[in-house]
This record gives sequence, C-alpha cells and structure tokens, in this order.
Amino acid sequence: MARRAILATAAVVGLILPLAATASGQEYLIGVATRILILALAGLSLNLILGYGGMVSFGHAAFFGVGAYAVAILAYHDTMGEPVLTWPIELAGTQSAFVAWPAAMLISALFALVVGAISLRTGGLYFIMITLAFAQMLFFFFVGLETYGGDDGLSLWARSSAGPLDLGDPATFYYLTLGLVALVLGFKARLVAARFGLALQGIRDNEQRMRALGFATLRYKLAAFVLAGAVAGLAGALMANHSEFVSPALLSWQRSGEMLVIVILGGMGTVYGPVAGAIVFFTLEELLSQWTTHWMIVLGPLLVLVVLYAKRGLWGLVEDASRARPLPGKEERRGEPAS
Amino acid sequence: MLIVEQVLNGLQLGVMLFLLAAGLTLVLGIMNLINLAHGSLYMIGAFVAASVAGWTGSFVLGLLAALPAAALVGMAIEVVALRRLYARDHLDQVLATFGLILFFNELVSIVWGPRALFLDTPRWLSGAVEILPGLPYPAYRLAVLAVGLAVAVFLAWLVRRTRLGMLIRAGATNREMVAALGVNIRLLYTLVFGLGAMLAGLAGVMAGPIYAVEVGMGEHILILTFVVIVIGGIGSIRGALAGALLVGLVDTLGRAFLPTLFGAAMGPAAASGVGASLASMAIYIVMAAVLALRPRGLFPVHG
Repeated sequence: MARRAILATAAVVGLILPLAATASGQEYLIGVATRILILALAGLSLNLILGYGGMVSFGHAAFFGVGAYAVAILAYHDTMGEPVLTWPIELAGTQSAFVAWPAAMLISALFALVVGAISLRTGGLYFIMITLAFAQMLFFFFVGLETYGGDDGLSLWARSSAGPLDLGDPATFYYLTLGLVALVLGFKARLVAARFGLALQGIRDNEQRMRALGFATLRYKLAAFVLAGAVAGLAGALMANHSEFVSPALLSWQRSGEMLVIVILGGMGTVYGPVAGAIVFFTLEELLSQWTTHWMIVLGPLLVLVVLYAKRGLWGLVEDASRARPLPGKEERRGEPAS
Repeated sequence: MLIVEQVLNGLQLGVMLFLLAAGLTLVLGIMNLINLAHGSLYMIGAFVAASVAGWTGSFVLGLLAALPAAALVGMAIEVVALRRLYARDHLDQVLATFGLILFFNELVSIVWGPRALFLDTPRWLSGAVEILPGLPYPAYRLAVLAVGLAVAVFLAWLVRRTRLGMLIRAGATNREMVAALGVNIRLLYTLVFGLGAMLAGLAGVMAGPIYAVEVGMGEHILILTFVVIVIGGIGSIRGALAGALLVGLVDTLGRAFLPTLFGAAMGPAAASGVGASLASMAIYIVMAAVLALRPRGLFPVHG
C-alpha cells in the first residue's frame, strides 16, 4: 500500500506544485522542480541500461550533453541566419521544439549507436572505462569547438518555440517536462514488462543462458543502449532550454557519476526509482548547501553508506515494504562481477 | 630539437602516469577493486608535500612526509570502507569510491582552502641539463623520469623476485587458497593498498612543481590513468608501463604538433580548433582503437 500512497502523493504534489509555489510567492521552486524532473528523465534513461540491462555506463552524460548541444547549435544558427550545413544538403537552423528536440534525440541515439557498437564488445570493467573514455572524448570535442563557445559554452537567445505553448513561462515548461517524464515512465513500465524488457533482464542476470536460448543478446543490449541515449538526448534538450545555456560541463564525468548516483540512490531496476533518486538527491543538495558550502563532505560518506548498506535504493525499500518479501534471486546476483 | 624535447616531456608524463597506474592496476588485478579515489591519494601527496616544504623550505622533507601520509590515508580508507567492497560488483565500487572523491575534495578544500598551492622545485634540481648540444632540458623533469624508471624496476623486482611478490601473485590467483595456507591475506591486501597509495602520493609530489597543486587535480589524471590501465591490460605492471608511456607520448606529441599539422593542411583559423580538439581526444581514440582490436588490453593477464 505504501507504494500506491507515495505514487498518488507524488502525482498530486507534482501537479499542484507550480500553483502552490506561485501562491506562496516562491516561484524559484518551479525552476528547481523542473531541473529535478529533467535529471530524473536522464536517470530514467540510464536506469534502462543500468538497472534492467546490467550495463554500467560511466559516460551517460555524453548523450545528455549531445542532446543539449544539438538544440543550442540549431538555435544558434537560426538566430545568426546561417545554415548548419551547406554540404551534402543545406540544413537551416531552427528554434522549433518540434524539429529541434526530435533532432536532439536522433543525434544522441546515433552517438549511442556508435559508442554502444564498440563498447558492448567488451564487458565488466572495460565497459565502464570505455564508456567513460567516449564521454571524455566528446567533452574535449566540445571544449575545442570554438565556434560554439568552446570552454565558455553557448547561450541561447530564448527557449524553443512550441506552437501555442509559451515555453518561456516557467509553469508551462514545468508541466511540459512533467508530462514528458510521465510519458517516459509509462513507456518504460510497459517496456520492461514486454518481451524486449524481459529479454533484457534475462541478459542482465545470465547472458550466456539467454544466448543459448537463441537470443541475439548483443542486439538487445545495443537497442537498449540506443534507446537510453535517445531519452538522455531529450533530457539534454530540455536542460538546454531550462538553463538557456549549454557548456562542456554538461558532459563532464562528474555529471555521469551524478546520474549513476541518482539511479542507485533511488533504486536501480525499479520503474520509479530514478525519479525518487533525483528528488532526494537534489533536495538533499539544496538543504545541505543552505547549511554549509562544504555539503559534499556529508554527501560523499552518505553515498558510501547507501552503497554498502542500502543497495536496493529508496524505491527498493518502498517496494520491499509493500511486497512484504524481497524479490527472489536478487541476493544471488550481488556477489557476481558486473558484465 | 623540438621533437626531442617533446618526446622527453611525453616520457616524463608517461612515468608519472605509470606511478599512478602501477598502484591502481595492482589493486585492480589482485583485489578486483576499482578505486576512483586513487586520484585523491595523489592530491593528498601533493598537498602534504607542498605544506611541509612550505614550512621547512625543504623539498626532501616534504617528500618524506607525503609518502607515509598518502600510504596511511590509503590504508585507512582500505580498512574503513574499501575492504567491504572487494566482494561487491564494480558498480558498487565505482559509486562508493566516487563518494570518497567528493569527500576528499571537500576535506582538502576545508583544510587547505580553495586556492592552489605551489611547490617549488628543489634548488639542486632547478637548473637545466644540456642533453644534446644546444638543447637544455630541465633537470627536475629528468629526475622525474629517473625516479619513475627506478620505481618500475623496483616493482618488477618486488613482484617477481621477493616472497611478498610471490604472495601478491598467489593472492591474485586464488585468495581462499592463500588464506588457507596461513597467510594473513587481509593484512597483505592492506599492505598492497598502502604501497599503491604511496606510489600515488609520490606521483603527486613529483607533479607538484610541474602542475598546480589544487583541489580536483587528481581527477583529470585519474581518468588518464584508467586509460593507461585499460590500454595496458588490467592487472599487468608491464602493461601499465607500456600504456603509460604510450599515453604520455600520444598526449604530449598530439598537443604539440597536431594543431600545426592541421594548420598546414587546412589553414590556421579553422585548424587550430580542430587540431586542439583532436589532440585532447587523441588518447581516447587510441584507447577505443586498442579495445576494439584487443578487448582485454595489450598485455592481458587473466585468461
């Protein structure tokens, strides 16, 4: 029951938050909540490969950053009136969310395809490192990209235009983000219960057996990796709009680490976990940073404790409480190295 | 002339990376533990050396203080936290040691403040040596090279020729069997960890006069170190040396010459950006290429 109660409360709070924030004169909360939702979206995408696919990607921020840069670069060319490409086809910039956001997802997905195709040949530790290396590669690529601000980043003139919606309005943008998070949540809940999701979890638990059963495991993993890349790209597109600024810091490895933390804190391999993780992580950040500027000194050991003693994460605790007994099989997997 | 100098710079970066990679690869190969906080030990070594050298005016005293300090901090985190992680999967290890990085970065900025410190080159190494007629090269950097190579020889001797090294190798192969034979394997692991931490501290001290001593200095070099280990093959000291020199050379030579090369080919304006980008990306491209061809690194250790 706890699970339903929490979900219902979260839905209500999510819906009335902008109204309450406006009524109490604390509009900045809308922005904070939007940021949390965007990172929850990124966490959801990472959870698909990490929690359900057992792929420990330490470079997920790369796809997030690529999505953000895609939106920013398209908008930049639109304001400058220069085409993005003149060869092989002429491609004009755009500010339209209906064009730029899908483009961001597509480009992130393409990057994920390339990175995944190379990285998924390796496993375990090598996979962690090679995803990290690809993210660093893109990080330095954007640092060196002087046309688009290099190290200093690139500011957007305005948020994307989306037909009748005015994304410049914080509440509208918040609701749009909330809607997208809900959409992805619903999609993910369906996906992990579908054949594809079950096969993916089977691969996580025992890849050899799945291969023996005739599943093309690499293809499943790659499909999940690309899908996660696309959703991370969408989160990046939202982030570029939210802060109206992009910089290589979006792709930094600390950002990838933060995404892992969100997923683990919330509970990996659970549908709602990453949202819970993002909410708790950033609320904690907000509260601790009001108390001391050195809040990392609390967060660091806290993280160690969560990893050591609460591996199923917050949502895992909630699910355990409502299910009364833990999922069978979880304990056995713990000792095995990730692959 | 320039190329000789840059090759030496590359080798010098290479041996620094080797000092870090040796400790990290030992811990990875033997205890199967991925320790992101290794860079923090490097940072602690540099900070302790800079402070002690600042108080006493002696680089050597700074070095002598920094080595045990790094080793002690390393052994402390092994006993308190990392020991519990050996049996866990790599994800847990990455996260917990990521937490340790946050902790140590903040701790260092509380203790030493946010500003960068400076560690002066010892006076007896501050001059330049003429390595080729008309080509002076800083004596300090040559000393770094010499120390790095000496450590490489020492480690090879330690692992292959001594009883401790035999135990280390045996522990890597079969932990339970070694423990059953009466070896205190927990103590052995702690000692190996301390050794790795001390090497990281040594690298930090030697980096002090060359790069700035600041919070977060460990992280950039940590990632380079992982690249080194992955290229070399996890657990292999020989691989760590080969990988470190390769990464040091590719990175340094890439930064020195790629922008000019691209300038010649594409015209200076567009090229310097592309060249600089590519130079920063070069080692990651090398790593991706190595892994695509040899997924277990250049010197695979286990099967």
